[in-house]
Amino acid sequence: MAKAKVTFEDIGVTVTVPAGTRLIEVSEKVGAGIVYGCREGECCTCLTKIISGGENLAPPSILEDQVLKDNMAPRAHRLACQAQIIGGEIVVKPA
Amino acid sequence: MTAAAVTDLAVEIAPGVHWVGALDPHLRTFDIILKTANGTSYNAYVVRGENGVAIIDTVKENFADDFFRRLESVARYEEITTIVLNHLEPDHSGALPELLKRAPQAKVYLSSRAQMMLKALLKPTGEKPPEYIPVTTDDTVDLGGRTLRFLHTPYLHWPDTQCTYLEEDGLLFTGDIFGCHFCDNRLFNDRVGDFRFSFEYYYAHIMRPFREYVLDAMALIEPLELKLIAPAHGPILRHMPRDYVHRYRELASPRLFNEARCEKTLVVFYISAYGNTRRMAEALATGAERIEGVRVSLYDLEGGESGIFTDLIEEADGIAIGSPTINGDAVRPIWDLLSSLTTVNIKGKLGAAFGSYGWSGEAVRLIEDRLRGLKLRLPVDGLRIKLVPAADELEECRNLGEHLARHLTGRVEHREIDMASLV
Repeated sequence: MAKAKVTFEDIGVTVTVPAGTRLIEVSEKVGAGIVYGCREGECCTCLTKIISGGENLAPPSILEDQVLKDNMAPRAHRLACQAQIIGGEIVVKPA
Repeated sequence: MTAAAVTDLAVEIAPGVHWVGALDPHLRTFDIILKTANGTSYNAYVVRGENGVAIIDTVKENFADDFFRRLESVARYEEITTIVLNHLEPDHSGALPELLKRAPQAKVYLSSRAQMMLKALLKPTGEKPPEYIPVTTDDTVDLGGRTLRFLHTPYLHWPDTQCTYLEEDGLLFTGDIFGCHFCDNRLFNDRVGDFRFSFEYYYAHIMRPFREYVLDAMALIEPLELKLIAPAHGPILRHMPRDYVHRYRELASPRLFNEARCEKTLVVFYISAYGNTRRMAEALATGAERIEGVRVSLYDLEGGESGIFTDLIEEADGIAIGSPTINGDAVRPIWDLLSSLTTVNIKGKLGAAFGSYGWSGEAVRLIEDRLRGLKLRLPVDGLRIKLVPAADELEECRNLGEHLARHLTGRVEHREIDMASLV
């Protein structure tokens, strides 16, 4: 299975994950500072800054896009409960 | 001035500005979590300009008749050009669907984050949402000789909340900010009974979790000339309105200077039946103290009440919680503490759990789940020890403390791990 590497900058941990993993699946397990509310892409609690490797995440769905817009999220920010890792290396930190 | 109790009419609060709210004296429990011994009020207001009439907020749905009767006593529906929604919680938006039917020409002004809520609220009506305009700080609406200016004051106490300032008159409509559940038909703060307890109680339960946002909002409000504050619940504050602004700033600021804040603070709470979880707590604290720049404090939950501990946690950078497992669960004082933390902001603080157990040891994982649910981050796995901690196990506790302290101080070495190794 294809692998990817995601680094949580706030706690200094890089995790090797299978492609297709969502950020939420790994960030909680390593205790990164990203916190969650609804876990369904609605509340924007888990807004996450993508430091690098944004192209290695699947593009946001229409719903995620709308929630990011409604909450005035800056560029290079994603919802960790929605963002799916597709390969390569990604560096993130809580927004 | 006429008291609301003896009239179904609107009550003038300033020239051309009327209260058109409703009184709910028999309510005893609000939103499940708040008590009130004399009910509450749902305050809505009408502002008349030369070119139109603005309605600011509405009331709870089952009080809509009172609202419309009072509204009709001072304005015709076709005159309404503007509807301002400072807060969309149902106790303030309950009459909105009907108001939109009666005044379909009105434009609705609300905060950006209120847009999705407006759509969700109007879903059951099947009606097309009205024309609405998202506004933020310093956006204005001209009513003709009178200007409504908006202040973006989010999270007080929902993401959508905002205030509206009637510039020429120095009137500030604040939604739930400066509100309280206190029902008194004399309406004004200089005429009602002593409601200060209710004002403070409301702050403690509704606004306190958002104290950073309270301070942001006060920074916007303090420069304003204030003749009157018109909240969405409780007395209208026309006598010394600025005192209430000062009080909010005081309530949102730590009372005494926190001397411990010169370092990162870790508070360790435990409860122990036979001293085993206590020994774990003491070892954890010792381990955390190995790291310079961390101030550790140890507390036995048996020796205090959750209110005091909540204050401590609000100010701390990290909390570690130790509980034995009894009948497959953490013990009640732990849950009492954890259930009281919704009144403070603990999002993003560091958390950890530990405990001794005799049989199955579920408490630690249950506490960890709750801490995650409270939006703490748990960078270190909790520690479970069967019955009496041995010397090597106490060293594990010290290591846990040290690890937590490293995270608190940002002294963690970069690690590379595989997801498969995570529990």
